[in-house]
Amino acid sequence: MAETKLQLAIYWGAACGGCDVSVLDTNEFILEVDKVADIRLWPIAADGKYSDVEAMADGELDVAIMNGAVRNSENEHVCKLLRQKSKVFVAYGSCAYMGGIPGLANLVPRSEIFERAYLTNPSIEPGNRTVPLAETSVNGYHLEIPKFYDRVYKLDQIVDVDYYVPGCPPQPDQCKAAILALVAALTGQADPPPKGAVVGALERALCDDCRREKSEKKISRFYRPWEIMQDPDKCLMEQGIFCAGMATRSGCGVRCPDSGIPCRGCYGPPPGVADQGAKLVSAVASIIDSKDPDEIEQALATLPDFVSFANRYSIPASQLQRSHRQ
Amino acid sequence: MTFEPTIVGFLCNWCSYTGADLAGTSRIQYAPNVRVIRVMCSARIDPTFVLKALHDGADGVLICGCHPGDCHYSEGNYKMMRRYPLLKKLLADYGIEEDRVRLEWVSASEGQRFANIVNDMTERVRALGPSPVKMALARDMAER
Repeated sequence: MAETKLQLAIYWGAACGGCDVSVLDTNEFILEVDKVADIRLWPIAADGKYSDVEAMADGELDVAIMNGAVRNSENEHVCKLLRQKSKVFVAYGSCAYMGGIPGLANLVPRSEIFERAYLTNPSIEPGNRTVPLAETSVNGYHLEIPKFYDRVYKLDQIVDVDYYVPGCPPQPDQCKAAILALVAALTGQADPPPKGAVVGALERALCDDCRREKSEKKISRFYRPWEIMQDPDKCLMEQGIFCAGMATRSGCGVRCPDSGIPCRGCYGPPPGVADQGAKLVSAVASIIDSKDPDEIEQALATLPDFVSFANRYSIPASQLQRSHRQ
Repeated sequence: MTFEPTIVGFLCNWCSYTGADLAGTSRIQYAPNVRVIRVMCSARIDPTFVLKALHDGADGVLICGCHPGDCHYSEGNYKMMRRYPLLKKLLADYGIEEDRVRLEWVSASEGQRFANIVNDMTERVRALGPSPVKMALARDMAER
C-alpha cells in the first residue's frame, strides 16, 4: 500500500444500493479514483471486513462515504466506526442526508412494520408464522441479529458529518464533482469546502433551472400524473400536478420534470430552509385560487397522503421527525 | 397538580395583537397559557414556525389574524386561510391531535372573543395532555 494513496471507505446503511450503483455509474472515472485511492471497505464492490476497519488507527481513513440511513444497531455501529476511523465523513445520498425513502417508515411504529413484513403481507404463505428473533440458540451457539430501531435516523443525528451529497441517487456527474473536490482538498490542491457543506449540488431551487414555462400560478384542484394529459412545456404545478421543485435544491439537472415526472424533492431543501415539507405547505397553499374555506378544502381533498409528497425524502430531517400518534 | 399547557400564539400586528391588547386594557380575566409572538401579518407565519414551536415543546399553537376582507395588506390573511388546512393535513399525518393547532380571526375590537378563544383552547389542550413531540424525540435519542 503506497503511502501517498488516499484511504477510502464506502459503506451502506439502510439503503437500496442505488447510491453504490451511482458511484459505479461514473464509469471509467472510478478507475481514476482507484489510481489515487485505496478502497479499504466497499461491501457492494470490494472485499473488506468490519474487523479490518476496527483494526485501523483512528483517522487512518482519509474519506469515509456512507450512503443509507441508520435503521438498526448494525448501521449505527459501522456509522460510528467509520466516523472514528476517518478524517472526512461524507453522508452520501438522500437517505444519509435526510433519512430518505426508509424514513417514511417513521410514520408507523416498529410493531406495525414487523407484522406487515412477516405476518400479514399477502405474499406470505398462509399459516406461515416464521418470524425473526432478536436472539436465538442453535446447537449451543448463541446468535443475535442487529436491533431494529423504532425509527430511522439520518446520519448527522448519529455522528458528526463533514459533507453532504444529496440525491436519490446523486447524479453521476455530481458524484464525480464531489469526489474531485474532496481529492483536490485532501491533496492540498484546493481549499476544502466549509464543514457541513452540501457538495455536488447548487445553491438555488429547482425551478430556477427548470425549462418549463412559468406564469402566475392559480389552481383549483390537484391531479396525479396519470389523471391528466400534460402540456410538456408548461410548469407542472400550474397544471395541478404536485411538483416539489419549489422547495427542492437544484443540481440534479432537472431530469424528472424534463421527462414529465414531477419533482419528488430528493435533493432536499434549498439553502436556509429548515423543513422542506413546511415550505411546500406554504408554496402550494399560496397558489390555490380561492378565498372560500370550503372551496380550499375541496381543492386540498384532491391531494391525498400529503406528508408523502411534502417530506417524501426528509421525514427524519423534518421538525417532527416521526409520527407522534399515541 | 393540573397540567398547565404552554401555547404559542402568533398574532397579527394590526387586528389580533390589538384585540389581545384590548382584552388586557379591558381587564378581562383569561387563561395565562398563551405566549404571544407578534408578527406583522398572519401571512408571515411560515408553517416552519408552527412546526418548530411543537418541536421545541409547545403543547399547542394558536394563530390569529384579521377577519377575511379586513387584512391590512389586503390579501395576507387569505394566504394563511389556504395554508392552514394543508398544514393541518401535514400535522395529522404526523399524528398531531387536531386541537393542538388552531386558526382564528380576531379583530382589534374583539378583546372578549380573544379571551374566550384562549380559554377554550387552553381547556382543550389541557384535556389532551402534554405534547408528545419533545418526549418522543428525547426517547428516540435514548433508544440507541
